[in-house]
Amino acid sequence: MKDTLHNRFEQRLAKEEISLLRATTQILQVNTGLLCDLKCRHCHLSAGPGRQEIMSQATMQQMIDYATRNRFTTIDITGGAPELIPHLDQLLTGLAPLTSHLILRTNLTALSQPDKKPLLDLLVKLKVILVASFPSTNEGQLAAQRGEGVMDPSLKMLKQLNKLGYGIENSGLELNLAANPSGAFMPTAQEAAERKFKRDLARKWDLHFNNLFIFANMPLGRFADWLHQTGNFTSYMEKLQAGFNPCTLDGLMCRTLVSVAWDGFVYDCDFNQAANIPLGGKPVHISELEGLPERGTAIAVGEHCFACTAGSGFT
Amino acid sequence: MSDYYEHDDLKKFAEIGKDAPELAQKFFDYYGAVFAEGELSAREKALIALAVAHTVQCPYCIDAYTTSCLEKGSNLGEMTEAVHVANAIRGGASLVHGIQMRKLAEKVSL
Repeated sequence: MKDTLHNRFEQRLAKEEISLLRATTQILQVNTGLLCDLKCRHCHLSAGPGRQEIMSQATMQQMIDYATRNRFTTIDITGGAPELIPHLDQLLTGLAPLTSHLILRTNLTALSQPDKKPLLDLLVKLKVILVASFPSTNEGQLAAQRGEGVMDPSLKMLKQLNKLGYGIENSGLELNLAANPSGAFMPTAQEAAERKFKRDLARKWDLHFNNLFIFANMPLGRFADWLHQTGNFTSYMEKLQAGFNPCTLDGLMCRTLVSVAWDGFVYDCDFNQAANIPLGGKPVHISELEGLPERGTAIAVGEHCFACTAGSGFT
Repeated sequence: MSDYYEHDDLKKFAEIGKDAPELAQKFFDYYGAVFAEGELSAREKALIALAVAHTVQCPYCIDAYTTSCLEKGSNLGEMTEAVHVANAIRGGASLVHGIQMRKLAEKVSL
């Protein structure tokens, strides 16, 4: 089945006479593991409580070594919930001097745990850019996506971040929000959604942030399970395929990114991690990778790639 | 009911252009212009359409504008409030006619 699906995206590229090739790699994405305090229904990695797959201290050091050997304008730390991974502070401290944009993805609830105060202080000190998951300003929809009782701690954490200066103009501390559609439908246009989120968050809770990033839901992991269980898979895939926009290909993040999984293996993007499609078609460990992936080499693709190329795309 | 309303019929809407293509084209051009971003945002227009869809009780329109509202960034709270607005006007329209009833009744009553 995977081959058929895999071929469908490739066939579409062939029909459009397009090749999806790597450009100059500028972004290093580090997935610290699948452990998370939440069990979001849209999670393409099926992250959650009890997951054992987390990045070791040795792999963290290999990440720092790799980022030292190469120049990345952005380093993006994601999970799961990176805040729950032991020695995250060492990874942050090691990577911060090596890039001008160090990003940490947060689900807000993990960051709000009582023992995370030193981590918060470190984030401020290193001026780490935060990208916080906040998919809806509607409590019911947010709960349906991320679980009951998530709204309140998320709002409290955003308030605390604002107090620290995050999301406040001229503070030098950047707070961005990330939102996914709360179901099997296409995401909102980013600019319009950002205006509305800014207005709603300020009006309802006096909360502030810098940018909103809208991501399409990936038909992988727990979200794919949900699509199948609810009979939405076929219609969702049809919608993604119908929305295929060749203009998105130039700006796709996979062209300029190298994504490293919790165990140190290398992928073209986080979604290929979930689909287990390694960079270059065969497993390569970060310790074996001296330089950047070569410009002009083919990017591994699967049917999920339709989610990044639908509508205005996923850059 | 399913004989009259088939979910997939919505996808065939363009077929209404068969045998009267010029009229259909004028309608679809107008329709597209109405829903374009203007003084009202496309999101606001979709919310109005959702409310009207409930007023005219068109299952195709409810289907189309539920998805459209979600994709344009409205949340379920806003969409539910929009339906209540439609409902309030419908209910209010019935109720205000009660004044007519009362006037007529008073006229013929002692």
